[in-house]
Amino acid sequence: MRVGVITFPGSLDDRDALRAITLAGGDAVSLWHGDHDLHGVDAIVLPGGFSYGDYLRCGAIAAHSPIMSEVVDAANKGMPVLGICNGFQILVEAHLLAGGLIRNDHGSFIRRDQKLRVDNIDTPWTSGYTQGQEITIPLKNGEGGFIADDETLKQLEGDGLVAFRYLEVNPNGSLNDIAGLRNARGNVVGLMPHPEHAVEPGFGPDTPAAMSSGTDGLAMFQSVLAATVLS
Amino acid sequence: MTDLIPDTVENAAATPEKDQPFHLLGLKPDEYQRIRDILGRRPTSGELAMYSVMWSEHCSYKSSKVHLRQFGHKVTEAMTKNLMVGMGENAGVVDIGEGWAVTFKIESHNHPSYIEPFQGAATGVGGIVRDIISMGARPVAVMDALRFGAIDHPDTNRVVNGVVSGISFYGNCLGLPNIGGETWFDPVYQANPLVNALAVGALRHEDLHLANAKGVGNLVVLFGARTGGDGIGGASILASDTFAEGGPTKRPAVQVGDPFAEKVLIECCLGLFAGDCVEGIQDLGAAGISCATSELAANGDGGMHVTLDNVLLRDPTLTAEEILMSESQERMMAIVRPDKLDAFLAVTTKWDVEASVLGEVTDSGRLVIEWKGQTIVDVDPRTVAIDGPVYNRPMEYPAWLDALQADSPTTLARATDGDELKKQFLAILGSPNEADTDWITNQYDYYVGGNTALHTPDGAGMIRIDEVSGLGVALSTDANGRYCQLDPYVGAQLALVESYRNVASSGATPLAVSDCLNFGSPENPEVMWQFARAVEGLADGCLELGIPVTGGNVSFYNQTGDVPIHPTPVVAVMGSIDNVARRLPSGWQDEGENLYLLGVTADELGGSAWAGAVHDHLGGIPPHVDFTAEKDLAGLLGAAAHEGIVTCAVDLGTGGFLRAVADGVLRFGVGARVWIDEIVARDGVDATAALFSETQARALVSVAREDDVKFRGLCDGRNVPVLRVGVTDKRSGELEVQGQFSIAIDQLRSVHRATLPAHFGAVVGA
Repeated sequence: MRVGVITFPGSLDDRDALRAITLAGGDAVSLWHGDHDLHGVDAIVLPGGFSYGDYLRCGAIAAHSPIMSEVVDAANKGMPVLGICNGFQILVEAHLLAGGLIRNDHGSFIRRDQKLRVDNIDTPWTSGYTQGQEITIPLKNGEGGFIADDETLKQLEGDGLVAFRYLEVNPNGSLNDIAGLRNARGNVVGLMPHPEHAVEPGFGPDTPAAMSSGTDGLAMFQSVLAATVLS
Repeated sequence: MTDLIPDTVENAAATPEKDQPFHLLGLKPDEYQRIRDILGRRPTSGELAMYSVMWSEHCSYKSSKVHLRQFGHKVTEAMTKNLMVGMGENAGVVDIGEGWAVTFKIESHNHPSYIEPFQGAATGVGGIVRDIISMGARPVAVMDALRFGAIDHPDTNRVVNGVVSGISFYGNCLGLPNIGGETWFDPVYQANPLVNALAVGALRHEDLHLANAKGVGNLVVLFGARTGGDGIGGASILASDTFAEGGPTKRPAVQVGDPFAEKVLIECCLGLFAGDCVEGIQDLGAAGISCATSELAANGDGGMHVTLDNVLLRDPTLTAEEILMSESQERMMAIVRPDKLDAFLAVTTKWDVEASVLGEVTDSGRLVIEWKGQTIVDVDPRTVAIDGPVYNRPMEYPAWLDALQADSPTTLARATDGDELKKQFLAILGSPNEADTDWITNQYDYYVGGNTALHTPDGAGMIRIDEVSGLGVALSTDANGRYCQLDPYVGAQLALVESYRNVASSGATPLAVSDCLNFGSPENPEVMWQFARAVEGLADGCLELGIPVTGGNVSFYNQTGDVPIHPTPVVAVMGSIDNVARRLPSGWQDEGENLYLLGVTADELGGSAWAGAVHDHLGGIPPHVDFTAEKDLAGLLGAAAHEGIVTCAVDLGTGGFLRAVADGVLRFGVGARVWIDEIVARDGVDATAALFSETQARALVSVAREDDVKFRGLCDGRNVPVLRVGVTDKRSGELEVQGQFSIAIDQLRSVHRATLPAHFGAVVGA
């Protein structure tokens, strides 16, 4: 199963996302923002980073990269697309997901091991979790505060489109503790925390069992491999 | 605006008596005269700009050079056998095996970080990272050693917030994990904070690149950000000099960083290396094009011809002198074979990086720079970049030092019962220099890259270099200005052994050193004496430990008013480990493990955290250094990690034994019960010394019960004194010092954590 990871100028976690796909058992494919070519991938990851230095607004310029027209087309046809952190911001700027992401309410960049609840498992990226499962994966951002107008928020909640919610600590002032979203169809998912940093024992968050042993993010990549095999 | 009239070589020869503002550029009359002697005429204003910056203390090391030579002389063959590139290049390169090499360096950006903390610190990170790229390496991690003024001084908040957010902004945006560092507060750094940034990179042996311009006819290419009017400072004086009329232009002295441009530049350079597109490469840092052209030419075939009009400018009104001196960030200069230029430009175009060909390499022995069709610089590049002035500055034993050393901590009141010991312990744990720094480090990304094996609060940071074999490197930075104030020779060695021990405690084998030497004014003979003693101590110490200094940086003129900072030689030690899976964290995770203290304890409280935090005292002499004991301890820790018979190792440093126990408890929140009776009995010390003495060559380790016999055997075999001093206790939820006091982990944590947020703002989620 081929899963592509798009590198934009300023992408940082692209190699991490490629590694996560490989560890999950997939065939990881590097994609370049300037190409109009998805190289026949079955799913796409938009990785974290500071594309275009966060100029204008986070993700705003990358959302207009050449490859994004192919990404939008593919997403509209049902291809699984995952946006992580800056990738989530790009998906929002590309109107594939609702709402907006603004400066953290406390004003600083924050890196922490973040507890989340998986609120929707009816997507190709979350099907490997159980409904309501609590997971811990790293969070690291300066502009992760999720906002939306009341009507949008009501719709997101009413339609069950909140995929992940912050537990215990809301690290950035996100409305309704929203950490991640899905689209109505379910194939597009975005979240601020980083599942690709919790996929390999020894390099993930600490757990009560052992240091750096957290691999709660791996299921996200395994989910999409299972989903694309089934489809 | 008036047309710019360049000061040409021809003009300089014709107007020998023209008054030149050399003193405003920091040149002394005899230095100016020497330039005239070298050239056989007065320098053009462009040449004056180049010489003035390249002969500055910052670029030429003119006051420190005679001392730094020891690092090259006090070495053995064994020390240099893994050294692929030594001192003098942008950064040292060390062979770590399996075809991998590592390059690392620590450098200061102190003065800009006081004037403009955010940009000063940000560009400090940017500059050191470009040094690493220049060697052909992919940067893989950064660290930072910080010194600020008193934590409760009204200006400290401004500096701390600016510096931390600058490092966070730039480092995070580059995608480089920040894996460690240190933070100190002391009034001596009030108007002169220290921002020392370390970067480490990895490369395959065959990818090594050097900064030299070889191959006549090869092209000189400037690429990256455009050249603007930032970081010029003194050149404004010359700018006014070249205007036919009109006032001087005012340019900002502090550079402005753009981490996005640097991130793209990193990837672009790695693409250029992969495509074999460059023959030599140099980053542009201090002194900009002046430095890059003269150093590349001086280290290569000796000549270069450059047309300055080809420099891509952000501001078209810049004068030639400003272009030569501009310190605009995120720029690199490469030497490119003409037949590879198309391939070179294909890579830069892919990354939207601008590039322009400035000229070519010659064998004329001259660096010739043209501007607007006329020659404005014609110099022997060696006279600019290599053969600058060298000073043997006068040195004087500090008049106050004997009195300071005589003010011994032996007269300070000691605790008489457990309650008082507990109070003192909490005072130390919550003191600014011992407090938890998570308010700072939570703003740094240590996850990016997916190869971080250890990070703050572990004693050393560790990065996996080879994802298949697990080969990795560990790094630690350490300095103790209080020790150095008491004795700069011993103080520098204490920084070295602390850093060495931190790396060894991670399970790695220490291999090499980089140093950032922060001192007051070299024109003060007492400061110069401190500097000379510190360098001597460090060079002697490196020889004793058998690890070479591979590079570093000197920062002078660090003082508040006339008061110099404490001598602060920051020492970074790098080590390698066969497989990062065998790393040792700085704390225990499991129930019922035995805790062992390695090494012996003496009553050594001079310059200690106990003396500072409890008694506000600095006096006496610092702890004794025993290199043999340090090597034995490091050897034992490495072997124990390799065999997998210890589960954690905590180095004993400031705060002593109890501080190490607290580190071990707080790392994973697992309690412990310790006892000191046997330390007191064996070593003949009292409870205060047993708990707080800062005797070196000690570490605390946890050992699973089934490995006890093996571990004791290893200690005996390696001649390392060992005492069982406690057990881990997962259920108690406390740290107990048997017969003295106990304290709940939650209370321990809140005391440790509260100090920085009380002054700088809340920690998210705390």
